[in-house]
Amino acid sequence: MTEFSAFQRTLGSWAGLKRPARPCDGSCGAVNEAGRRFLNATGSIVQFENVGLRYGTGAETLSDLSFSLKEGGFYFLTGPSGAGKTSLLKLLYLALRPSRGLIRLFGEDIVTMSRSRLPGFRRRIGVVFQEFRLVSHLSAFDNVALPLRVAGVEDKDLHTPVTEMLAWVGLADRASARPATLSGGEQQRVAIARAVIGRPELLVADEPTGNVDPEMAKRLLHLFDSLNKLGTTVIVATHDLHLLSRVQRAEMLRLDRGQIADPTGALRNPPKRAEA
Amino acid sequence: MKGGRRRFGAAERGLLPEGRLSGPMPWVIAIMMFLTVLAAAAGLGLAGAATRLDDQIGSRVTVQIIEARPRQRDAQAAAAADTLRRLPGVISVRPVSEEEIATLLEPWIGSIGLESDLPVPALIDVDLTPAAHAGLERLRSAVVAVAPAARVDDNAQWLAPLASLIGALKWLAAGLVLLMVGATAATVVLAARAALDTHRGTIEILHLMGATDVQVARLFQRRIALDALFGGLVGFILAGGVLIGLGERVSALGSELLGSATIPTQGWAVLIGLPMFGVLLAMLVARLTILRALGRLL
Repeated sequence: MTEFSAFQRTLGSWAGLKRPARPCDGSCGAVNEAGRRFLNATGSIVQFENVGLRYGTGAETLSDLSFSLKEGGFYFLTGPSGAGKTSLLKLLYLALRPSRGLIRLFGEDIVTMSRSRLPGFRRRIGVVFQEFRLVSHLSAFDNVALPLRVAGVEDKDLHTPVTEMLAWVGLADRASARPATLSGGEQQRVAIARAVIGRPELLVADEPTGNVDPEMAKRLLHLFDSLNKLGTTVIVATHDLHLLSRVQRAEMLRLDRGQIADPTGALRNPPKRAEA
Repeated sequence: MKGGRRRFGAAERGLLPEGRLSGPMPWVIAIMMFLTVLAAAAGLGLAGAATRLDDQIGSRVTVQIIEARPRQRDAQAAAAADTLRRLPGVISVRPVSEEEIATLLEPWIGSIGLESDLPVPALIDVDLTPAAHAGLERLRSAVVAVAPAARVDDNAQWLAPLASLIGALKWLAAGLVLLMVGATAATVVLAARAALDTHRGTIEILHLMGATDVQVARLFQRRIALDALFGGLVGFILAGGVLIGLGERVSALGSELLGSATIPTQGWAVLIGLPMFGVLLAMLVARLTILRALGRLL
């Protein structure tokens, strides 16, 4: 496929990037031996066990969530508005810690993990925010380059991958535009380019196709699919049921009122404990 | 969060929008630096004056021979001078000439004072070592033994209130400098907090992408250091101008006392170092403030 080839070329240019040792300059978040053993034993990049989330003193937004995501899997997270999809994604991209329960990410318990190790884990996760969250005073180029700069990629090594990524999402001629001058769809594409440019091990996308036309939605989903084929675990929260049929091997998690609603159990993987 | 050895490079400096962080902070720091330099200069000048007063006349005594009969007065003055020269700890003995005494008295009794029959005491200036000055009673006894009309006046006695005033002013200046340092630090804390609030969205994004607290703090540190450098230099230049102007006016007065309050060379080095100290202080305070605030985020 032509698009996939183009994307492969983009990935090829990424491969030449000088990147700091993952996950955080060797100082803040390398997966420990126990985590690696867990990952090898279960193959689960994410594991939730009886996870609950409560904002303040209110009722639980998420209750008793137990599921796991296989390393290299492709998942759709669906459910009605207010079901808790965004809250679940926030737990995944380490914007929140749960009120109770256990979350393992890349084999390690992130609930009790020290703050100093979190940046290293965050660099392994790409996030497409529902509201884009582009930095308003930065150009599209600089927004897309942000994860690479945070990870320590030298400026001279940024131009090619960022330009190619912008071209791939159809914004090559908008590289110097600020978010305020971009349409909603263009902003969304910049947000997606920013999320995937660091070749994350886990990609979390919250309604990534909500503001783009069907053709661009198809193209972006293909980008996620391509990344997934290269080993990235992808979880996409969406209302768009048409998307589900576009990735054949995708599994679905359905949330309803803060709980996993999967009456058949066929579409999710039950959690597996690592052997001691 | 102490990880992340890599510093943001030149391009990352644009992560915070230019010009929005500054606000009034550079000008507040300029005012603080202006006042700090003036207070420090006053303190250094007064410290110099106190030292010079102590060195020059603090260990000096004046022997007066209060004798109306000129022959006896001269004889006692000569005997007292001889005795003083033989005493240990006496650095110099200088009988004050009649011409000098006439000059000293001229403002009060006019130019014919010494030619009249008005009895005027003979004066001898004596410089002592600090140890000899401490044992002044021994000197007084020795002098009175050979010159019964002698009276030994300790200059330090009448200088004491002045020295005390200078000392108090010196400490007041030091206190003012400390207050200014505290006020500058408080200004930086407020500016750093305001900047954090202004850029909270950007900071959250950077955090979620894996930026460490130190990486984020460096962005603010650099901006605040630039503001502090600008304000510090403006304040220093203005204060320097004021000090030079004051110096010229003091020189024009020709007052020995005011003229002694000059700033020594090392004092100027301290004053020149104040803007750099201000920058370092601002960077340190900004760093601590921002790291502390970021520590409250996940």
